[in-house]
Amino acid sequence: MGPLPGPMDVRLLLGRKISHVSLRVSISISRVGRARSAANDILSFLAVARERSFTKAAAKLGVSQSALSHTIRGLEKRLGIRLLARTTRRVARGMGGAIASFSPVPIGLLTPLVLKLAARNLLYDKLRFAATVIGIVFSIVLVTVQLGLFVSFERMVTVMIDHAPADLWIVPLGTKCFEDPSLLDEANRYRALSIEGVSQVDPILISFAQWRMPDGGTSPVLVIGSDLRAGGLLPWNLVEGSLDALLVPESVAVDRTYLNRLGVKGLGDAAEMRDRRAEIRAVTKGIRSFTTMPYVFTPLERARAYTGTPGTKVTYLLVHLKPHADVERVRSQLQPVLTKAEVLTAAEFSSRSRSFWLFGTGAGAALFAGALLAMVVGSVVVAQTLYASTKEHLYEFATLRAIGSSGTYLHTVIVAQALLSAVAGFAIAFLIGLFVVRVTSDSALPVLMTPALTIILFLLTIVMCVISALSSILKVTRMDPAMVFSR
Amino acid sequence: MEARGVVKFLGQGAGKVQALRGVDLTLHNGELALLMGPSGSGKTTLLSVLGCILSPSEGVVRVCGNPTTNLGPEQLAKLRREHIGFVFQSFHLFPTLIALDNVRLALDVRGEHSSKAVKRSKDALARVGLAHKINSYPRELSGGEQQRVAIARALVGDAAAILADEPTAALDSENGSSIMAMLSEVAKDPAHGVLVVTHDPRILPFASRIIRIEDGNIVGEEAGIGAARTSVAKARSVAKT
Repeated sequence: MGPLPGPMDVRLLLGRKISHVSLRVSISISRVGRARSAANDILSFLAVARERSFTKAAAKLGVSQSALSHTIRGLEKRLGIRLLARTTRRVARGMGGAIASFSPVPIGLLTPLVLKLAARNLLYDKLRFAATVIGIVFSIVLVTVQLGLFVSFERMVTVMIDHAPADLWIVPLGTKCFEDPSLLDEANRYRALSIEGVSQVDPILISFAQWRMPDGGTSPVLVIGSDLRAGGLLPWNLVEGSLDALLVPESVAVDRTYLNRLGVKGLGDAAEMRDRRAEIRAVTKGIRSFTTMPYVFTPLERARAYTGTPGTKVTYLLVHLKPHADVERVRSQLQPVLTKAEVLTAAEFSSRSRSFWLFGTGAGAALFAGALLAMVVGSVVVAQTLYASTKEHLYEFATLRAIGSSGTYLHTVIVAQALLSAVAGFAIAFLIGLFVVRVTSDSALPVLMTPALTIILFLLTIVMCVISALSSILKVTRMDPAMVFSR
Repeated sequence: MEARGVVKFLGQGAGKVQALRGVDLTLHNGELALLMGPSGSGKTTLLSVLGCILSPSEGVVRVCGNPTTNLGPEQLAKLRREHIGFVFQSFHLFPTLIALDNVRLALDVRGEHSSKAVKRSKDALARVGLAHKINSYPRELSGGEQQRVAIARALVGDAAAILADEPTAALDSENGSSIMAMLSEVAKDPAHGVLVVTHDPRILPFASRIIRIEDGNIVGEEAGIGAARTSVAKARSVAKT
């Protein structure tokens, strides 16, 4: 395959407007070779996935088996994900195979010349190619943000449950999520302790309170009280102060993110809740709430005072089991001795919280709907530009047909155009996505990017572009090759 | 390649016309046949039918013994890529590809994309005298050179039949006659037959046979003088007079 003449002129368009984003973009995109090698890697992967054999795929691609294997390993390493489950002989289908079997054209037809022709067709009108790529970039960045928020939201929803060391949770009957502060009788704690296999039961209290700032303003907060000596839900990621400092009367821990919201500057500042002093003696990092309320950590008894909770009530009981105790057995023995309570594993409580916040409230649906809409808009933009390009090159497609190319070969050229656009668009969108991740990392709701999400985004880009190619494919399928004689 | 009793209707409904009214024609290897007729005579339609781009409405077309009757578009495409090379009036090269890649495409569509295909493409370009221009884009080539690239593309797959549609119409007389000289060279190879559709009388001297078509019927056939002419220089001087 010959050299692709600098396809990423998009950065010229982006350059002036979003200078520091495009600077990062141009650094890694300007090396056309890299984009091309990424495209080659992906094609190699698809070939292996489709053939389910390195030997066969290597033969089809015209490379040595060891070179192919090396390529795939490199790709897997960069993505941090195992793409192909392989034994010495066979390649299991898995995700890769599923993708390849959905591929609309035989991978073997993506010859270097087809890729070259596709690339040249795209670059023939650079402005239009820029429009295509920008369409993909906008759409994929939007999808990235929506899905990144979803992932981040999903994690935040269960962050408290994930950080509480408990084998089983005793929660008030009908609890929908972690932030649903109904109360349990603490008597349940002693009943639980009487069950064989239970080693420890830590009470924690979750409740709303009104935080009165030093300047007199107020803000609602979620107070989390636990027994600091015994354990429970203790603040983590401390950046200032210490857990021991919380043992001093009237001490609380808050997160750095919320200092402004709480009208305090840091350690030593004090506010009030229910007319009781609350001095900040520890500051955490990254313990954020997706609700509007900051978390305030404090010892159990102080929490009762701050929230006006009777001394016999708690919100949750964290059950620790003795080593080798059977979770299910303990659970079935626990349930009958409790009143107005149910026993959940951490996983069950997490999934209950998740489904409440993400789907019970419609927040998750809104994020998905946004992502879907972005995909539709992106597909339309890409379909438009691809179709315009196909129409412009129609005589060339007719010539190909006249000199005997199969319909599939024509489709492959168009799909290759779509794939190349997808790779270019995704590369830029990914970099912008990383930038968004960075600038939002300290915000109340950061956008998260995981390797799995990256792969999903890449596949979505491919799917979007291939779907966009359909109208063009239809156009060349209906074309009459005899038109080559009319001009 | 032969056509027997070929009838072709074009269009539908009220616009339906009978472009070919029972044509018999055989293209032999080693000959350069000219198909001449005024515009609207059906010569391009006949070329399309012989070239397996269109199927005949009635009658039979055989390409290397294969009848094209009732073949679908994919099977027709297969016949085209295996047996037929095309040369067009306006060249139809790919402007974004160099000469070598333009020629390679004809092999790529046949599934040949090894280094051997590159070599064959280079050989084909050398055969049309463009060994030194394999890396040129069409826009960097003269019209005559572009048409020679197109001939190389038609030749590279060893097609039995080369079908040319007004190959000189977009060229000046000098380039036109050198293209015709080249096609008559090709026709001397007993492995190929060349059929040229034209209404350009300047290329009559190159033909070994002249077929005249009017209103969808073959109205006459005569032996040409091209069979006797071998020298390109001589051909050029004839074209200039």
